[in-house]
Amino acid sequence: MAHEEDPLEHERASWKPSPGLAVAVTDPVHTPEVPPHRERVTDKDPAAMKRAVRTVYTLFYLSVAASIWAVAAYMLFPIEDGSLVSVRDNNLFIGLGIALALLAIGIATIHWSKAIMSDKEFIEPRHATRGRDATRRAAYHAFEDANEESGFGRRTMIRNSLFAALVASVLPGLTLFRGLAPQDEDPVELLSHTMWTKGMRLARDPEGTPIRASEVTLGSAFHVIPEELASVSHEDGYLEAKAKAIVLLMRLLPEQLVPEENKMDWTYDGIVAYSKVCTHVGCPVALYEQQTHHLLCPCHQSQFDVSRGAAVIFGPAARPLPQLPIAVDDEGYLVAQSDFTEPVGPSFWERH
Amino acid sequence: MARDTKRRAPGRRSPWAAAALIGIGLLLTGGAYAGASAAMAATGETEVKSALTVEDGKKLFQANCATCHGLNLQGTESGPSLYGVGELAVEFQVATGRMPLQAQAPQAPQKPVQFTEEQILAMAAFVQETAPGPTFPSDETLDGEGDLAHGAELFRINCAMCHNVAGAGGALTEGKYAPALDKTSALHMYAAMVTGPQNMPVFSDMNLTTEDKRDIISSLLWQQETVSPGGFTLGSLGPVSEGLFIWIFGIGTLIAVTVWITAKSN
Repeated sequence: MAHEEDPLEHERASWKPSPGLAVAVTDPVHTPEVPPHRERVTDKDPAAMKRAVRTVYTLFYLSVAASIWAVAAYMLFPIEDGSLVSVRDNNLFIGLGIALALLAIGIATIHWSKAIMSDKEFIEPRHATRGRDATRRAAYHAFEDANEESGFGRRTMIRNSLFAALVASVLPGLTLFRGLAPQDEDPVELLSHTMWTKGMRLARDPEGTPIRASEVTLGSAFHVIPEELASVSHEDGYLEAKAKAIVLLMRLLPEQLVPEENKMDWTYDGIVAYSKVCTHVGCPVALYEQQTHHLLCPCHQSQFDVSRGAAVIFGPAARPLPQLPIAVDDEGYLVAQSDFTEPVGPSFWERH
Repeated sequence: MARDTKRRAPGRRSPWAAAALIGIGLLLTGGAYAGASAAMAATGETEVKSALTVEDGKKLFQANCATCHGLNLQGTESGPSLYGVGELAVEFQVATGRMPLQAQAPQAPQKPVQFTEEQILAMAAFVQETAPGPTFPSDETLDGEGDLAHGAELFRINCAMCHNVAGAGGALTEGKYAPALDKTSALHMYAAMVTGPQNMPVFSDMNLTTEDKRDIISSLLWQQETVSPGGFTLGSLGPVSEGLFIWIFGIGTLIAVTVWITAKSN
């Protein structure tokens, strides 16, 4: 194809001026002139060429040496004592050897092609974009014959049943996604409830020691889990339960709190408890500023005002953090009045 | 290019002249600054060796702190009352250079300490005597011999969200920030937990026991002393500094290599 006299011959017909609105040109593609050939230093100066050749083979031999060094480094810096420092030395020196070996091959190859190989410019004519009419007809007939002989267009029962089979074959794959959600429980139900129940004590994360109201001093922040969570094992879903039930407990001056009408008795003497799961995408919100009473989510900078029901004051979160209604039991420990009254964490399809 | 250099008129500057001039200028400025700051440091070494009393502390307080905190620690429009903050808070605020306050700003930054240790302790004693509050811990709490793993776990739960999991510090809202803990002394770690300076919540002994605090301090001291096995930490800030590094140096190198590959040989 590349050696035809004029490979574009059959295309020239379509470049003829058309009677349309466009300004027609006889040849829309102007072949740029080949710039004059410029001789390299290595072409003119045999000494320079000799130097370039030496550089290239030195680099290749350097690559050989670096590969051998990488093998030697594996033996010289073993990870036998298991310490992190020996891992570092092992990785560093093997890595340096391999990197140098590959880099030297790359640099030498490029230098070889740029400085030593011939760089004479020549024109390789482009292929025509449009196929020859004979080729186009042949392609069309190939499809038509295939359709005719297979009966794809004629035997509609076969064709449509094939379509049905193809569509159905995707369904098992889609079904497998159901396996991502818990099997024997309703995921909506799981997302809507946490471990907190009426009377469950608030406890310190991770020890699980219950917290007395008198221990929460002004300006302090406690990271809280349900008391019974501490005795749940990892096999029984400790992390799943914790991820939903974590709470941040803070004490403000009671007069600083501006609670909503229906949440007046959800606090105890200035102590408030909020879910630590951001309502945006579920990062733990725990950057509490005790002077401004702002809670900051580190992931996307949502800010919540703890003194005003953890209302969103900045950032992408759509809803306030759910509040855990708390009270004090007869021994003085902080307890939950109930579970959260709304699902914690980010939005999901069925959340209203 | 090489031939151009030879043909250049004797009076013309080489393209390297500008770079060399900038380099020389930077070296001179840097050298002069280093010399000057060394001289400043040498003159700043005048220490008062006499033991100061509570009475001296009162005078120092009235001269340096009372404008904002009031003559009797009662506080004013510009500064909070110091009733019950205790000598530990005074030591923390003054010995880290946060007080006297530089300016009314979102956060008091750490700066060179303005008083000698003697003077700081005298002021602390005055504040403690007038209205007592949290006091200094025992030496055992600060000895760094606690349970490292437990301390690190407590740090991750209670502190890491603001101070970064490696203690490298992090940003808060509106210009406030949690400072890096890589140079903080054991006493100041303890004081910060107990007194809750500025926007840091208080972690009283009823939240984290003295033993818990000792573990946390131990794990932080261990981190300060341990060499990073991974090589460059890039500030331990995680994806931000690492991303910046790879964008500038990684992609920069790739661009340079690409330019070299496609450039014609001389």
